[in-house]
Amino acid sequence: MTVAARTTPPVPTRSRVGGHLAMLEAEAVHIFREAAAVFERPALLFSGGKDSLILLRLAEKAFRPGPFPFPILHIDTGHNFDEILPFRDRRVAELGERLIVASVQASLDAGRVSEEPGYDPSRNRLQTATLLDAIAEHGFDALFGGGRRDEEKARAKERIFSHRDAFGAWDPRNQRPELWSLYNGRLHKGEHMRVFPISNWTELDVWGYIAAERLEVPSMYFAHEREVVRRDGMWLAVSDFVHPREGEEVATLTVRYRTVGDMSCTGAVVSGARTLDEVIDEVAAARLTERGATRADDAFSEAAMEDRKREGYF
Amino acid sequence: MASAEIGLRRAAPARDLLRLATAGSVDDGKSTLIGRLLHDSRAIADDQLAAIEQASRRRGGQALDLALLTDGLRAEREQGITIDVAYRHFATARRRFVLADTPGHVQYTRNMVTGVSTADAAIVLIDARSGVLEQTRRHVAIVALMRVPHLIVAVNKMDLVAFDEARFNEIATAVDAIARGLGVLDTTAIPLSALLGDNVVERSRAMPWYDGPPLLEHLEAVEVEPEADDDRLRLPVQWVIRGTTASDPDYRAYAGRVEVGRIQAGQRVVALPGGIATTVHAIDTFDGSLDEAARGSSVAVRLADPLDLGRGGMIAAEADPPAPASRVDAIACWFDAKPVRPGSRYLVQHTTRVVRAVVERVDHRLDLETLGPDGSANALGPNDIGHLHLRLADPIFADGYAVSRATGSAILIDEATHSTVAALLVEIEHRPSVHSSSSSKRE
Repeated sequence: MTVAARTTPPVPTRSRVGGHLAMLEAEAVHIFREAAAVFERPALLFSGGKDSLILLRLAEKAFRPGPFPFPILHIDTGHNFDEILPFRDRRVAELGERLIVASVQASLDAGRVSEEPGYDPSRNRLQTATLLDAIAEHGFDALFGGGRRDEEKARAKERIFSHRDAFGAWDPRNQRPELWSLYNGRLHKGEHMRVFPISNWTELDVWGYIAAERLEVPSMYFAHEREVVRRDGMWLAVSDFVHPREGEEVATLTVRYRTVGDMSCTGAVVSGARTLDEVIDEVAAARLTERGATRADDAFSEAAMEDRKREGYF
Repeated sequence: MASAEIGLRRAAPARDLLRLATAGSVDDGKSTLIGRLLHDSRAIADDQLAAIEQASRRRGGQALDLALLTDGLRAEREQGITIDVAYRHFATARRRFVLADTPGHVQYTRNMVTGVSTADAAIVLIDARSGVLEQTRRHVAIVALMRVPHLIVAVNKMDLVAFDEARFNEIATAVDAIARGLGVLDTTAIPLSALLGDNVVERSRAMPWYDGPPLLEHLEAVEVEPEADDDRLRLPVQWVIRGTTASDPDYRAYAGRVEVGRIQAGQRVVALPGGIATTVHAIDTFDGSLDEAARGSSVAVRLADPLDLGRGGMIAAEADPPAPASRVDAIACWFDAKPVRPGSRYLVQHTTRVVRAVVERVDHRLDLETLGPDGSANALGPNDIGHLHLRLADPIFADGYAVSRATGSAILIDEATHSTVAALLVEIEHRPSVHSSSSSKRE
């Protein structure tokens, strides 16, 4: 292959990542290389969100000038924000790596799943079936994910190499002890591993790294004007998947997103942060977690994330 | 939302990272202490607090139950216990912290060993009313055994002993003696009340006789020391990078993390297991080549000579490479329900190398209060710690755990179940000089 494509101008000799971010980066690169060596068919889960963009950069740090030893896998809900698919395709082309798209729409068309009941249903939960089908179809034995322990309390107990049984299920009470940086990647046939290289990063670390690496992220992470509707205590973007009902409050506000997901359950936050520095200041001062502020799917119960993870969710 | 509290926790590059572990039971107020640390350093968000308030009320409690913050799993909340190691993240203006919270009851050995394996500092809690208990001795013994560089003794519930200086001194002196006896490198005792917040983040007004820093201030200042760093470079090879660059159509580099010492361009090294000496041609990263990379750096090394080297191999300083060992003495922390006996077979995973092993002898269990032999047993069961003698199908390139946690540690894996059944601490006598003199425990 040719010299690795870079999205930022080549940095002459040294990374600008310093201090604790340099330590977190070195740890993540170590995890990437361990998993790539131990598993036969890994794939990297990509959503277009900031965490998966960081995974792509860390994979460059781990494997360039060689090719990535795995394809990039996108579980496409079909409920995308406009800019996400073009952004994804551009980034993948820059990297010169292989992209596999598994679509929830295809799972619906094949009758593998059906839309959830209710008004403007989210496809967040349906993704699990599409994901597990893709794992079976391609024979993946490991998936890199951008999950972080600071996101949610069930994640706080999850291993860096997180075992899934033949049904894709996580058993939180029966996890392998993970000592030093020795990751046990042994699997029986049909099982797979989820690997989380940025387990120990926080939302603030993610933004600090984006700034230090000058990584391009979708513009929806920065303040912009958007027509939104108030629902379930959140501002949802009015779109093909979110239709305001009689009596719901609709407004055009200056907002930004802290996470990227299914449009029908990903809320915007009112924000004037238009630059990286302003976003970092805002995240540092934020009094809500990113999932609490922006995800209707986690608001259902104390154990919403744990239950979805047990079923095989990301 | 861009509020007035701008710049409080900017990701300043000078800030470093401290890995912490806590040990103690619920009764010692551990969850309250962690909750207090997170709360007072503003690492608990409003939606998390609201969820805990709601849950505390549902359980009929009056006060905010900070334990609910760390008990992340449904079963834990339902049973009011902590099952497993949880990792928490918080930051101050000076430092980023990763805190491994380990439960103090059932299987505490397994969980505590896991939690402290990556820790730079461990906090052991003591209830000021009860003082040093058997449990305290065990916690301190595990800190000593696992060679956590810093021990912090949090003497909690000082409010319940009237903030009595004499009581604190009595406990601090007793723990210090135990820690010294077990070989803990650095011990600091701090009198505090997690419930009231005294000496956690804010200095206590009730204990003017204490002139040391509050806990958080101490954690910000604890030195993250390099482990006995010298010229003993150890770089286990994880992965071989092959590619094409403008200057090198046949690029080949050995990717791995510097686990001991440092690596320098031009340095003489040996490649193990072959033992062939060569020179470091270049130390590459995605961001360019380096002259030198210190311990903890993930790099890719190009060598001057073409070699047969791959995953499971190691690049070491020519002056002082580890001796290949196919018989290993080790302390084992046993996790699995199935006990280990002479003749048991396992896989040993040491750095990036996995080899088959058979247990030749189970020498004895360790008394967890003294770290001396307890004289019994030719088997180890769950949560036992003891001595094993292993014979390996292929050699490993290990150092003693006493000099290097990274290259002196290993795990045992059951080949049938794939479970991680034990943590191993390799015992090799440290050679005092840079130049090799073979020890009786090496082959």
